[in-house]
Amino acid sequence: MATAVDTLRDTPFTIGGRTFHSRLMVGTGKYRDNDTMVRAIDASGAEIVTVAVRRVDLDRTRETGVLYHLDPKRYFLLANTAGCATAEDAVRYARLAREAGFNEFVKLEVIGDQETLLPDVQGLLEAAKILVKDGFRVLAYTNEDLVTALRLEDAGCTAVMPLASPIGSGLGLLNPYSVRTIKRRLHVPVVVDAGVGTASDACLTMEQGVDGILMNTALAAAQDPVAMAHAMRLAVDAGRTAHLAGRMPRREVAVPSSPLEGMLD
Amino acid sequence: MNDTIDITVNGQHRAVSPGVTLLELLASLALDPRAVVVEHNRTIVRRPALGDVRIGPGDAVELVHFVGGG
Repeated sequence: MATAVDTLRDTPFTIGGRTFHSRLMVGTGKYRDNDTMVRAIDASGAEIVTVAVRRVDLDRTRETGVLYHLDPKRYFLLANTAGCATAEDAVRYARLAREAGFNEFVKLEVIGDQETLLPDVQGLLEAAKILVKDGFRVLAYTNEDLVTALRLEDAGCTAVMPLASPIGSGLGLLNPYSVRTIKRRLHVPVVVDAGVGTASDACLTMEQGVDGILMNTALAAAQDPVAMAHAMRLAVDAGRTAHLAGRMPRREVAVPSSPLEGMLD
Repeated sequence: MNDTIDITVNGQHRAVSPGVTLLELLASLALDPRAVVVEHNRTIVRRPALGDVRIGPGDAVELVHFVGGG
C-alpha cells in the first residue's frame, strides 16, 4: 500500500502462496447488468474476484457465463461452493470449479440454514478436510466462532473467512471482538466475508487487523455500484492504514488538547 | 428398436442418437467445449476425453460454467 508515511508501508497480502496488492475481494453476483459489474470491479481495485458454478443455460449460454465479461488473465478467479448444503455437494462443486482450469483455490461454503445462510460448521470441516487432501487451497466461509476457525486452520485451510453479519444482510460488523480474536489466534490469513454494507463497515472491519474483506451485495445493491466500489477501496485502505498506525487508547474522561497554561486571569 | 436413446442433460430429458459422444452432444447444443465443464454420471470428463466417452441410455450429463456469485 502506498502511504505518505514510510513507516506505514504494509506487508504484501499473501494468500496460499500468491501475493496481491488489494485487500478487497469482490463478488460478481446480483449486478443489474454486466457493464455495471465490470466497471464496479475495476473501481474497487480488487484482484481476486469470486464466481459461482452453475448449470449452463442450454438456450442462452452467452448471457449467463461470467467469463464473457471478465478477463481471467486480469483477475484471479475464486470459485465458490455457494448454495451447497452438504459436504458432499460442496466437494462436487469444488471439483467442477477446479476443472474449469484456472486455479486450485476454492471459497468453501456449506450452508446450514436457509434463512440466515449461516454455515453448517460440521459439514464445513468435513468438506475442508476432503478438499485439502485433494490438493485444494481452501478458503473457508465460517461464522465468528473462534473454535471453528481454529479447527479449520488445523484442517489445513489456506484462509479462514468469518462473516461480519449474514450474507447479503448489509448489517455490518456485528462482533468486532470475535473477529479480532480470530485474527489474533490464527496464523493463516483471516478475510472477513459477508455482511459489510457500506464504507464505514469496511473501514471498521479492517481496523480489527484482519487481512482482507470479501464483499458482493454492498456493491451490487448500492444505488451507484461503481461509486460504492470506489468508496470501499478507500475504506479498506483507510481501515488497514489505521490498524497499522495503531489507534489511541480509549478513555472514559476528557483530556484537553490545548494547554492549560497561559490562560488569561 | 428405437433410433434414439433417452438421457438427462442439466436435469432435462433429451433424446439423442445411440452411441453419441459427449463432444458430439456439446456440438449439437452449440456449446464450446472450452467454455463448459462436463460431468457424466457424476464423474468429471476432461476435455481431451470428451470425444471418447459415449452416452448410454439413462445417462445423466451436467454441463456447468462460472456465473456471477459472491
